[in-house]
Amino acid sequence: MKRQIPTLITLVAGLFCLIGFFVPHPAIRTLYDDIQQWVIVIVGATYVLGVANLLRINLGQMSARARDWPFKVVLLVGLIGTTAIGFSEGTHYLDPTSRFTWIYNTFYSSMSSTMFSLLAFFIASAAFRAFRIRSFEALLLAIAAFILMIGRVPIGNAIHPAIPAAADWLMEVPQNAAKRGILIGAALGVVATGIRLILGMERTYGGRGAGGTS
Amino acid sequence: MVGTRFPGVLAASLLAALVATAVAVRAAAAFPLLAENTPNDRGQSVSLSWTSPTPPPARWILLRRQSGGAFAPIDTLEGTVHSFTDESEDKKGVQDGVAYQYQLLADPPNPALNSDVSSAATPGPEWVDTAKMNVLVVLLLFFAVLFYYINQAHRGVRWKFRTIPGLIAIEEAIGRATEMGKGVLYIPGVQDIDDIQTIASMIILANVARMTAKYETRLSVPTNAPAVYTVADEVVKSSYQDVGRADAYQTDMVRYVTTEQFAYVAAVNGMMLRERPAANLLLGAFFAESLLLAETGHSIGAIQIAGTANVHQMPFLVVACDYTLIGEEYFAASALLSNEALLLGSLKAADVVKLIMIVLILCGCLLMSFGHPLVAEWFATQ
Repeated sequence: MKRQIPTLITLVAGLFCLIGFFVPHPAIRTLYDDIQQWVIVIVGATYVLGVANLLRINLGQMSARARDWPFKVVLLVGLIGTTAIGFSEGTHYLDPTSRFTWIYNTFYSSMSSTMFSLLAFFIASAAFRAFRIRSFEALLLAIAAFILMIGRVPIGNAIHPAIPAAADWLMEVPQNAAKRGILIGAALGVVATGIRLILGMERTYGGRGAGGTS
Repeated sequence: MVGTRFPGVLAASLLAALVATAVAVRAAAAFPLLAENTPNDRGQSVSLSWTSPTPPPARWILLRRQSGGAFAPIDTLEGTVHSFTDESEDKKGVQDGVAYQYQLLADPPNPALNSDVSSAATPGPEWVDTAKMNVLVVLLLFFAVLFYYINQAHRGVRWKFRTIPGLIAIEEAIGRATEMGKGVLYIPGVQDIDDIQTIASMIILANVARMTAKYETRLSVPTNAPAVYTVADEVVKSSYQDVGRADAYQTDMVRYVTTEQFAYVAAVNGMMLRERPAANLLLGAFFAESLLLAETGHSIGAIQIAGTANVHQMPFLVVACDYTLIGEEYFAASALLSNEALLLGSLKAADVVKLIMIVLILCGCLLMSFGHPLVAEWFATQ
């Protein structure tokens, strides 16, 4: 029963949502829309579990003086402090002059931007590896990348007007064809996965079932 | 006599000419206003369309009445618009089953630019969205092919699928981690549980957790959404129980980190650098953080296997990871890992539908080339 009931709920909810996609009549669509809203409520409830897990794991590591435990202190002080200040400001916590907004802009936004900006360096190191010519395919990739990079900057047009045109052709024809092929395959994979879940064929996520592996 | 009658005849003629001209002007200037029940909707909506006179007025005042009633203004529109949908979910708006007529008045007033009164339109809901019929047909085709292959699987038919190196590498990577005495880091993407890629990731996680349970390898699953955390925790726990290793399950294997994208990256990169796992499995929906995670994993020498359906992140993962499951391979992973007949049957069905789609696309290209957009138009979705 522990596995049959979730499978049954998945089947009923899945088929209902599938039907709701094709039926605009309020008799079906109103409940269909309500179910979409239930997701928000359920996700909201899971935040309690998530934060409890966060506190349990980090408090445990702090008390055990695990490696880099001072970082856990920073995390918990940030979590509890920001939450407390946010609650103390009530409905005005998002005002431009609120302390919560100041914390967000001063700490979170800056650190998030820093992390994102690191991407430039990671791209450089990844590109260095990607463009090493070790095979014929790698040679084609390097040539395509070279044309594309030159074609996307003014100097490409200055060298020859055909270079930007070639760059556009690479993006619009071979690149688009490959991308659409992957997208069509992925879309069919999504449908197949969805049907497997709705019909209860895919039960590996809920413990051993029809799809269990030994 | 003639002299006395002439002014009267002239006046009458002039009046008749003016009326005729006015009627003629009105007949020439008035334009039809088409009102109809909005198709494929849940009701309480009327769609209006018209071809504006040239030049159009600055604004239109839209009037509405129940058939036989008096007109009342309901909205003011820009003079350049050519369509409007009158819809409302409250009682002030149009109601299902009631006939309505509309008229557009020019603003500033100019009777010559006013529209005709539209014919009556009665809003109402539809039971089937005909604009999605193409999706329904393809879905029914998919179901039909799927049930055929499930039936074949029940009869003992087995199929051969091409080998996907990334899937074979998953077990090898876990074995390598076991030999090195290190852990496996499983990153299920940065989307919530309502994303099909995250759901597919949970299915693969179940298979991975069974392997780590059998090999007694440490598994870490940092999640970026509380809902994903709760599901992933249950998946890992169930998998450990399934292989009889419930004792090996630890409550901190799956942990919630943060919902914020780059804070999640910072935390997971920190875990990589501190714990130095031997295998990183990046399976799920990834965005700008994909390369930050994969490059950090590469820098610690971990064997990395990635899988995603996000086309824009695939190049990054291909470059930085040892193996990458691309698009459909990612969704086929759970069926291939389980090697279960029913799931493999569904995979075969997906392949057959893909073949049908390829044939239809080729037919559509050919027909389009000869000026027949029939197939291309049928495939267009709204």
